[in-house]
Amino acid sequence: MTDSDTREGSEATEGHAEQEHHPGVKEYVEIGIILAVLTAIEVGLYFAPVPRAVAVPALLGLTAAKFVLVVLWFMHLRFDSKWFRRLFWTGVIGASALFLVTVLITTL
Amino acid sequence: MASDATAAGTAEAGHHSSLGVSNEKMAMWAMIGSETLFFGALIAAYLIYVGSFADSPEITPQTIYDIPFTSVSTFILLMSSLGVVLALAAAQRGDDRGMRTWLLATALMGATFLAGQIYEFTVFMEEGMRMSTSPFTTSFYVLTGFHGVHVAVGILLLLTLWTRSLAGKFTRRKSEVVENIGLYWHFVDIVWIVLFTVVYLIPAE
Repeated sequence: MTDSDTREGSEATEGHAEQEHHPGVKEYVEIGIILAVLTAIEVGLYFAPVPRAVAVPALLGLTAAKFVLVVLWFMHLRFDSKWFRRLFWTGVIGASALFLVTVLITTL
Repeated sequence: MASDATAAGTAEAGHHSSLGVSNEKMAMWAMIGSETLFFGALIAAYLIYVGSFADSPEITPQTIYDIPFTSVSTFILLMSSLGVVLALAAAQRGDDRGMRTWLLATALMGATFLAGQIYEFTVFMEEGMRMSTSPFTTSFYVLTGFHGVHVAVGILLLLTLWTRSLAGKFTRRKSEVVENIGLYWHFVDIVWIVLFTVVYLIPAE
């Protein structure tokens, strides 16, 4: 058996093991409540007399928090196989790079 | 007997690749990864054109968006993500009735969001904001319209599962199928989480 076989075998076992641990109903509802509260804060920030220099980073931070909560808990990426994480974060990193380059181009 | 149980277990778990993960789930994640780039490109295009109003300087994000209305739509779509994980939890514990209830509730919440988007587009059209009005309006309709199409596809998938379960034709690998459709639905949700902030809440200077 080669090192590669051993590595693939252990990752396969890990893939099965990781999929065993999904959150329960209570945890899902708790995440749902947190998402609702974060959305309410976002809308509150929009209407509050907050300087743009403060509001924009805060809104982006809240959005990132909601995004990560849904991806890690509702989509089970925190518990599932690393292969799914690799596929997803490749797309996110590419999209984020495009987003940042666009922001730089349009603001400079 | 033992081999029957093993075969049933394998069928319930679906086909697994040499990586030890479900092929269908891997395909769904690959699609989600590529769709992330697709929406990333559309968001980038919107950011480039958000300040380009052509001959219609009166139609801008500040004058046209209805934030309270969109906030309610956003909340409904967000809660639909909770609905689909509750459908998955019901499928995992063998509760068919609970699974159907939450699948239908999720589809209805998605339909409410979509109806809100159609209403919003109709109001915008009546106010003179057409697809060809300016680069801003074109990029807005393309971005949010593509998202709406994804929501519509998700609703069809959820209703297909609900109908098949009601007809007794959805009997195998329930939790895996619900999870994969759920992944698609959550993806639609996370795209909107980003769009709500970037398009609606962060006004262009």
